[in-house]
Amino acid sequence: MSKKVAFLQGNEAAAHGALYAGCNFFGGYPITPSTEVAEVMSVELPKIGGKFVQMEDEIGAMAAILGASLAGSKVLTSTSGPGLSLKQELIGYGCIAEIPCVVYNVMRGGPSTGMPTGPSQSDVMAAKWGTHGDHPAICLVPASVQETYEEVIRAFNLSEKYRTPVMVMPDEIVAHMRERIVFPEQGEVEVVSRKSPSVSPEQYKPYDTSFGDVPPLASFGSGYKFHVTGLNKMQDGFPTTKAEIVQAEEERQVRKVEANADDIVTFEEYQLDDADVVVIAYGSTSRSARYAVNAAREQGLKAGMFRIKTFWPFPDKQIKALAGKVKGFIVPEMNLGMCANEVERCAQGKAPIHGIFRVDGEPINPDQILDKMKEVK
Amino acid sequence: MAFDYDKYIRPGKLPHIWCPGCGHGIVMKGLIRAMDTLGLKKENTAIVSGIGCASRLPGYIDCCTLHTAHGRAAAFATGVKLAKPEMNVILCGGDGDGTAIGGNHFIHACRRNIDMTYIIMNNYIYGMTGGQFSPATPTGHKASTTPYGNPDPCFDIAKLAIGAGATFVARGTAFHANQIDKLIVEAIQHKGFSVVEILDDCPTTYGRRNKYKSVIEMMNRLKEVAVPVKAAEKMTAEQLQGKILTGVLYKEEKPEYTAEYAKVIERAQAK
Repeated sequence: MSKKVAFLQGNEAAAHGALYAGCNFFGGYPITPSTEVAEVMSVELPKIGGKFVQMEDEIGAMAAILGASLAGSKVLTSTSGPGLSLKQELIGYGCIAEIPCVVYNVMRGGPSTGMPTGPSQSDVMAAKWGTHGDHPAICLVPASVQETYEEVIRAFNLSEKYRTPVMVMPDEIVAHMRERIVFPEQGEVEVVSRKSPSVSPEQYKPYDTSFGDVPPLASFGSGYKFHVTGLNKMQDGFPTTKAEIVQAEEERQVRKVEANADDIVTFEEYQLDDADVVVIAYGSTSRSARYAVNAAREQGLKAGMFRIKTFWPFPDKQIKALAGKVKGFIVPEMNLGMCANEVERCAQGKAPIHGIFRVDGEPINPDQILDKMKEVK
Repeated sequence: MAFDYDKYIRPGKLPHIWCPGCGHGIVMKGLIRAMDTLGLKKENTAIVSGIGCASRLPGYIDCCTLHTAHGRAAAFATGVKLAKPEMNVILCGGDGDGTAIGGNHFIHACRRNIDMTYIIMNNYIYGMTGGQFSPATPTGHKASTTPYGNPDPCFDIAKLAIGAGATFVARGTAFHANQIDKLIVEAIQHKGFSVVEILDDCPTTYGRRNKYKSVIEMMNRLKEVAVPVKAAEKMTAEQLQGKILTGVLYKEEKPEYTAEYAKVIERAQAK
């Protein structure tokens, strides 16, 4: 049987990926350039008995999905820069209360209103440091329409598996480009659901670490009564200020993601075997980088690309290993060096880093990258 | 036989955090009696709150309880209710939480007419942070951030709810303890978004700055200013000067949100 094929926009693919992953609740607020996700969900969710709600603001949309997730739904919201800023408070709530949810954020120019229709990659640090306090962060940065579809499914899976908010952050180019997409068959891609409690309601504790770093999560209305708060909490979900409990719980919340980096971090190695000039790129910028690597190879340069697919946790281990082998890294990105700083941290001085930073709303073109390659000696 | 509140209180979670003389406990007991009257199943009831003294209430009651972020109770609760319309969803919180930082979520929950009951404990002040003025603090009154008297006009919370589209709005006071559960029962029975404002007292941060000598004086004030809506009908405008109406202030039948969304599903599936 031939697979279903379509010509879709990145945002539309994201919505269909969410549906494949079992999303049955969407809470949103209109914002350019992500609104198509909400539009598709408003059409598709009621068809499967799911719920779509357009809330009064970005914060309300984030709150609604967290509430719905606690009531057992698989939930999604979509937004862009200013909306991400507004959602940060409750993304932190999702982290501390350990509520699965997916936040799809299209990166546009910023700060503030910035360039609503211009592409950018300047929210990648906000994905990790936007909400206050120490917390885990998972952020996926797809580079094509097909990959956006697949990464949204993976985001749901990771969110359910690790019981934490997961962000998918395409730049505006990926979100709005149209490409061919091949849909997987039902059952072809793994779909993960959160671990439900194996104990009786009387014995249930929502943060019971005897089940590991990711405790099972019951749903409201399923016979289990429990308390959820944004305060630092004990295993039974009730607030505490006891130093040793707060310390242990905070460490566990971060550890459940960081210690599983190998399960979460994904990347693509392109022409890296003998490369001495390596471009580290993500999102639409990686498409220019691939073109530049091909052009450089034709000119006899040993160029390659390390493409980041999972921005958080950052691929520390992989970049550390590469740093010892290459003459230099080139980091093109549509911001003023957010990824480059992370690469510098990982490279530990073993390889120079050459940045190409654009924040003018224009994509980074292959020639810019190729020219920079020639500067690396 | 005395009413057994322990059936609804979580073991080991008392004493509560509220100061001596605070009326929040009276409201909590009213809510518990209302739940008991209606026979609400604890495991099928969600109590959702924001931040503040009043928002600590859910932690003491043995239900599905959600203590959210400041002002966000109505938005979280909307998610819970829409995901599981068969659940009873009750919100509670204070005047600052509900009408300042949470004002937008509050008015839109009213507008949607989603079947939930919001109990707002209005003690005219941000108590937990030490007594700053709220949108409910009367003009001219003192708070830690209005040392020369409050220049702001204040909200009439019940009127705000009615104006925003809530289909059941009632007001009681912490003094009229026996009325609280009756108002809450009627609110929960109402199909749509219901608001119960309970005028409350904060002797610690409001009373002492505004020349109330004791909790008794604050409670007496609630007793004196409250006029049941029926009694008010027979009173002149002069007699009603400085009085506050209590009882069911507004009630109407209108399409309820989750029922309307069920129709959206039907229409989508019919295509």
